[in-house]
Amino acid sequence: MSDLELHDRADVAHGDEKEGRIGPRLLGYVTGLGLAILLTATSFFVAGTDLVWQPSIPVALVVLAIAQMGVHLVFFLHITTGPDNTNNVMALAFGILIVVLVIGGSLWIMANLNHNMRPMDQIMQMQR
Amino acid sequence: MLGRLSWAAIPVDQPIPLLAAAVVLVAILAVLGWVIVKGYLPYLWREWITSVDHKRIGAMYVLLALVMLLRGGTDAIMMRTQLAMAFHSQGYLPPEHYNQIFSAHGTIMIFFVGMPFVIGLMNFVVPLQLGVRDVAFPTLNSVGFWLTATGALLVNISLVIGEFARTGWLPYPPLSELAYSPDVGVDYYLWSLGISGVGTLVAGINLVTTVLKIRTRGMTYLRMPMFCWTTLASNLLIVAAFPILTATLTMLILDRYLGFHFFTNEAGGNAMMFINLIWAWGHPEVYILALPAFGIFSEVVPTFSGKPLFGYRSMVLATMAICVISFMVWLHHFFTMGAGPDVNAIFGIASMIIAVPTGVKIYNWLFTMFGGRIRFATPMLWSIGFMVTFIIGGLTGVLLAVPPADFLLHNSLFLVAHFHNVIIGGVLFGAFAGYTYWFPKAFGFRLHEGLGKIAFWFTFTGFYVTFIPLYAAGILGITRRMQHYDVAAWRPWMIIAGIGTVLLAIGVLCQVLQLAVSIRRRAELRDLTGDPWNGRSLEWATTSPPPVFNFAVLPDVGGKDAYWTQKSRVNQAETRDEPRYQAIEMPRNSPTGFVCAFFATVMGFALIWHIWWLALAGFIGAFATFVVFAWRDRDEYEIPADEVARIDRVNIGRRRELSGVAVSAS
Amino acid sequence: MIAAAAPARDLDHVHSLGEHLGPAPKRIVTGYGFWIFLLSDMVMFSCFFAAYAVLGGQTAGGPNGAELFNLKNVAVETGCLLMSSFACGMASIAADVRNQFWFQIAMVVTCLLGLGFLSIEFHEFADLVARGDGPSRSAFLSAFFTLVGCHGLHVSAGILWLLTMMAQVFAKGFRADIQRRFLCFALFWHALDIIWVAVFSVVYLLGSGT
Repeated sequence: MSDLELHDRADVAHGDEKEGRIGPRLLGYVTGLGLAILLTATSFFVAGTDLVWQPSIPVALVVLAIAQMGVHLVFFLHITTGPDNTNNVMALAFGILIVVLVIGGSLWIMANLNHNMRPMDQIMQMQR
Repeated sequence: MLGRLSWAAIPVDQPIPLLAAAVVLVAILAVLGWVIVKGYLPYLWREWITSVDHKRIGAMYVLLALVMLLRGGTDAIMMRTQLAMAFHSQGYLPPEHYNQIFSAHGTIMIFFVGMPFVIGLMNFVVPLQLGVRDVAFPTLNSVGFWLTATGALLVNISLVIGEFARTGWLPYPPLSELAYSPDVGVDYYLWSLGISGVGTLVAGINLVTTVLKIRTRGMTYLRMPMFCWTTLASNLLIVAAFPILTATLTMLILDRYLGFHFFTNEAGGNAMMFINLIWAWGHPEVYILALPAFGIFSEVVPTFSGKPLFGYRSMVLATMAICVISFMVWLHHFFTMGAGPDVNAIFGIASMIIAVPTGVKIYNWLFTMFGGRIRFATPMLWSIGFMVTFIIGGLTGVLLAVPPADFLLHNSLFLVAHFHNVIIGGVLFGAFAGYTYWFPKAFGFRLHEGLGKIAFWFTFTGFYVTFIPLYAAGILGITRRMQHYDVAAWRPWMIIAGIGTVLLAIGVLCQVLQLAVSIRRRAELRDLTGDPWNGRSLEWATTSPPPVFNFAVLPDVGGKDAYWTQKSRVNQAETRDEPRYQAIEMPRNSPTGFVCAFFATVMGFALIWHIWWLALAGFIGAFATFVVFAWRDRDEYEIPADEVARIDRVNIGRRRELSGVAVSAS
Repeated sequence: MIAAAAPARDLDHVHSLGEHLGPAPKRIVTGYGFWIFLLSDMVMFSCFFAAYAVLGGQTAGGPNGAELFNLKNVAVETGCLLMSSFACGMASIAADVRNQFWFQIAMVVTCLLGLGFLSIEFHEFADLVARGDGPSRSAFLSAFFTLVGCHGLHVSAGILWLLTMMAQVFAKGFRADIQRRFLCFALFWHALDIIWVAVFSVVYLLGSGT
């Protein structure tokens, strides 16, 4: 089965894009690179500067990180919301859900546990 | 040169493991000898060991599960007999030995009985039900099976060389850290599960991709058999949960091997983090086991009631709801660790909510049976036995989900009774139902029905006699994992449970006997039509066993219960023209899985015993195997169209001949 | 055949009617399976992130992130990985139009940038260990070395895979199965950059602010 048939079928392989011509594809990668560089530079800037209200830095960094991941997903991995991509998007959504549950759940649970059941060497440190 | 391995690793001073090892060694040599003398080795290598056929791999998974059931069951018999006699006495098992037994029992039953059993059944059945030729990645399938077998092998080697973990089936730190478990036991556990975990993940990826991307023409999602939906949900859980197991076990390995401080008492480690993460895997794990069992019942109950499954859409919704919610309840395994009332309350409520979709399923099965013509064949007995037993287990589960109640019952035998109730009543009964139901499809002859029924009744009764006393004893205060006790009130319950164990053992032995008798009498028990139960889904459209390519021409599906519709059309005297046969390309067999697993075994054993050069050699070998596999030029072989036609004509002819014969079995 | 030899017919209209045409083509199946694997890998990384977040404050009297991290190096590492993702994208385009020369060039660039990333990271680790601030110093350092080191291991495995792909394409050309494998490699390489975004944001940038 030839790979050109890929573009005749309605479903799209993950990581492939519908666009076949080189020019627009190249432009897609260049745009993605440009956006990523911009966002990354902003992250580094925000982390090191005094110009931003300090308590907002963690939030800003997280938002910028999510934006960078989005740029990668769209421009490099070609995840779109078209009907041909549904399975890919649903899998991604499921993955994100699990990641959020594991990290968020663990942080919440461990914070509560640490508050009520402080590990031994922290108790020892408090004694000193 | 040999790390910390020495002759002292062989337990010459402990008669019981030595005896067990001797028996097993003799059995293995006998089987091997018989195989070689009879000249079966080339056949086994060609048709089974290097096979990438999902039907063969599925059968091997189930065989592994059944063999390991005997080992895990033996551990159980030892524990129950010990407790029946260890009142004001040390019994016959010293504590260090007893601790290894309950640890091995749990590890083997979950990882090397439960998982292979359901994965094997899913592997065998799903491509047939979807009307296709194989799973998405056949060679990877073989790799997954053999890596699982590697894990089982390593655990069993620990019986003879060295020892097993003494921590229970989940190695909680700090006990499992180097400071308190300096010997090889925990390392055996970690590497065995690490390696087989990769195998399970591979199976998960395979089955998810198969269900979502490889279905025959016309089979939209809502026309799939229910078993395929539960396969999808269970394998999504595998893909999502097993990485957590891998990460957590890796962190413990790093603590033990490289002096890291994830879970140690010193330098800032936090043992509670292990419990949190391991149960974030552990709870989805039990649904990974239970969901395929639910799927099996969704196949068996309609078939033996002669009615379509009631409430298909609500079943799908319930299944996917269980899939998602199962990731939101894991804290109920450690209510008593001290997270506080808010956290406990939320997870307690979520744990009760997850009982609702399961309840929906039970009602749907009951409504399927209502108004049907029920045939009480062995698979149906297992299903009805499941419904009664699982409900009780589920109720005790909801009871335990109430944090204040759990504070009294946590880690008592009440808990042990609960989880055995749901695992035996749910997973084991489901596995036996599926085993009996699909055995004729796999091997071409049915299992002896009489022995099947006897096995069911002994197992069913034995379960209750063993575990209901444990509920009572648990409420009276006995904790789990006790090697001996001095409280008189518990004694009668322990003795009754011991008797129940004998009944369970007879039940399992009846299954073994049933297999032996059925093989001997296979000529009489032959399944000639391919449809011994008057089934509803596509696997019954093939011969028993199916040809290597499953379907000569992939069927066209117009609705649910695809095969049932086909049969009704035939009954209305619509004749089909012969299909246009085409050449079929099938994947080549490959020794990749077996060879890779061989190197993985070497590497695992070497890492356990700190034989670093051997570990490196094993790793290089495994990597080289992959490269060699990736370099091959021909990965498929072709079955010419006339060969396909010839096989198919024989099969169709035989079925037409027999269509005058009554189809249903018992 | 698993991805059945479905004749090229009726492709235009039926998919939009929700009908199912049969098993998907091999490229789609392979790509999707690998995507599922990547998601499982992300879940594994999330556990290491969770451990890092929980244990991040446990320095056991030793140094914390602000004292250890050199953000200039991190910026260079980030640049290397980002450019290598771009180069990999170029290799993807070259593979699709079956241009051996540009494919190999793009892969060499990807490889060199990846190796650049790894050498900076290796030096960082080696320096820390030499100073006695290795992973056995504290829980924080254990978590740091494991999270960042796991990513580094993945990049190393990726380099090995990259070299294998270069050799295979050189020896056997752009055969269909090799193209499928390269599709998986590209997915892997881009995913590693996504994980690095999380690593440098959460570990280095947030960590250096303590």
